[in-house]
Amino acid sequence: MNASPLTLWEHAQSQGVSRRDFIRYCSWLAAAAGIEASSIGRVVKAMENKPRLPVVWMHFQECTCCSESFIRSSHPVVSDIVLDKISLDYTETLMAASGFQAEKQLHDTITKYKGEYILCVEGSIPTGDGGVYCCIGGKSALDIVKEVAADAKAIIAWGNCATHGCVQAAKPNPTSATPVHKIISGKPIINVPGCPPIAEVMAGTIVHLLAFDRIPELDGLGRPKAFYSRRIHDTCYRRPNYDAGLFVESFDDENAKRGYCLYKVGCRGPVTYNACAVTKWNNGVSYPIQSGHGCIGCSEKDFWDNGPFYQHLASFPGFGIETTADDIGLAVGAVTAIGIAAHAVTTNIKKRKFIQSEIADSETADDLDNKGGA
Amino acid sequence: MEHVSFGRVYVWQLPVRVYHWVNALCVVALACTGYLIGHPFAIQSGTEAYNNYWFGTVRFIHFLSAFLFFFNFLFRIYWGFAGNMFARWGNFIPHRKEQFTEMAAVLKVDVLLAKIKPLPSIGHNSLAGVTYFISFLAFLFQSITGFGMYAAMSKSALPRLFAWIVPMMGGDFAVRQWHHMMMWFFIIFSIVHVYLVFYHDYVEGRGTISSMAGGWKFIEHEKNK
Ligand code: HEM
Ligand code: HEM
Ligand code: SF4
Ligand code: SF4
Repeated sequence: MNASPLTLWEHAQSQGVSRRDFIRYCSWLAAAAGIEASSIGRVVKAMENKPRLPVVWMHFQECTCCSESFIRSSHPVVSDIVLDKISLDYTETLMAASGFQAEKQLHDTITKYKGEYILCVEGSIPTGDGGVYCCIGGKSALDIVKEVAADAKAIIAWGNCATHGCVQAAKPNPTSATPVHKIISGKPIINVPGCPPIAEVMAGTIVHLLAFDRIPELDGLGRPKAFYSRRIHDTCYRRPNYDAGLFVESFDDENAKRGYCLYKVGCRGPVTYNACAVTKWNNGVSYPIQSGHGCIGCSEKDFWDNGPFYQHLASFPGFGIETTADDIGLAVGAVTAIGIAAHAVTTNIKKRKFIQSEIADSETADDLDNKGGA
Repeated sequence: MEHVSFGRVYVWQLPVRVYHWVNALCVVALACTGYLIGHPFAIQSGTEAYNNYWFGTVRFIHFLSAFLFFFNFLFRIYWGFAGNMFARWGNFIPHRKEQFTEMAAVLKVDVLLAKIKPLPSIGHNSLAGVTYFISFLAFLFQSITGFGMYAAMSKSALPRLFAWIVPMMGGDFAVRQWHHMMMWFFIIFSIVHVYLVFYHDYVEGRGTISSMAGGWKFIEHEKNK
């Protein structure tokens, strides 16, 4: 690591990038981050003056699908970010160093760039039994994340694991898997959920930090608004079928062939905030619904517990996998109806005398007849 | 032969009656359309989306009745402070000793089918009052979760006011499930409510059912002759 790091523009020049290509590249970055065209000037300026962003990328309880998603993107911006524009000083899966060397790297980065580095967390942190379920270099994930977060400028929580706990946190959550925002406080945390998040969304989030030096605008759950403010359902190309009431009943029916809406076979699009229907996957090739499968809500909290994935209503807790709130409601309704019928019958038996006497007591048609005529 | 003489009491003022029927209509409409939103019928196939809009219409009716329901509910909250003694909040939230003894008495009559004695209250009996209060809480819950979901598809200020419920419950899915489950409370409440209104009208003979139409109840004065 240099003592005075090159700015991004200097770095680009050293790689033989022309001014024109540099500007074009900045526009790309801006587009990836969802920044409007009028602000491209600011992105260029930032790139000219900023040193490369030091990044520490931790892996805890996870499957590395977020990293996979990120590096699989063949979009030039992404590869450029990983290789050039950020200085990825520590990341277990990609760095060359290992063992004590790696530990030293981490230590050096967080002391040298105190308050300047970005901490990326992939995976949840098990807090059960003192955090023994995930240890790196003899330290628990819990201790590591606290230590590394202490001097970070901002934290990015990648994927459903780091933002909601994902499958490790699904009931009964044996390791007490916990998302980052429940452990670290007092630091800006950007939640980028998804299992995994879309590469372009990940890149966009980093680019925003890179270009503006501050965290992107977040929603109530700490997610960048640029990517998570709309539901899959709001941008889904099958939406006209939903409004028209045209639904796939089973995956092999005529309706499925016609591309009707997947709502009745469990699509979670109406309750899922993500950019899939717009950005799509694998460089814009497709997304689940376009390939004929409903959304499973992979960017939402507890999506593993909200199953089965292939029915609209979740199973009712404690009543077996296929029992929904409607089955319970219907049963309670039926019991109520039977109860009422029984009640009505017993009322007429038990209160018969009383009601008869009331009728006898009241003015009857005969009484009125006697009075009548006057 | 002894005759009981009844006096008329003007119990439900016009605003309460209008509130009641607007509310009843809205709840029925909301439960029917809500059920359909959760279980759309397979009524069409072999056609294209541009020819149809029935599901959109069902949702539109749900939202339309939801707004009506909500403002009607707000009005009733206000009327609980401004209305006559029978409309006031004190009737719904038991706080006096007589209210608790009356609740026990009503339970005896309704559930144990004990012999009927005249109840102290003229408006809602205390037990009915409590169940209405619980149903008001359910109205509130349904409004918060409903508007919380609606906020995702609306830029207007009213639904935005309730958007906090989504992060609080952990996401739209949970909100939707609870909103759906709560529908069953309304269905069961309505069945029991309508039955009990008929039942009380039948065994007490004070004109309970018609009171929600005309406002009058008949109260025993003293035994005549
Ligand atoms: C007594 C009152 C109500 C009942 C019984 C009721 C019932 C339902 C039911 C059963 C659903 C279907 C849930 C599902 O399975 O997907 C639903 C959906 C919904 N309701 Fe209600 N609801 C009531 C009041 C309200 C109110 C006051 C609002 C406020 C705007 C509201 C807004 C919604 C919304 C936004 C949806 C989702 C519709 C969609 O995205 O297509 N509801 N309701
Ligand atoms: C045919 C249908 C219905 C009839 C005949 C009916 C009749 C009545 C009557 C007579 C009362 C006054 C009872 C008393 O003295 O305690 C009442 C109160 C009430 N009913 Fe209904 N009702 C019907 C449907 C509904 C429905 C569907 C709902 C909605 C869930 C509902 C909600 C209420 C509420 C909240 C009150 C308390 C009113 C207040 O004080 O503001 N009713 N109803
Ligand atoms: S397929 Fe899913 S996301 Fe698309 S319109 Fe239907 S319910 Fe909505
Ligand atoms: S469509 Fe839904 S389940 Fe699929 S990747 Fe997107 S958010 Fe996840």
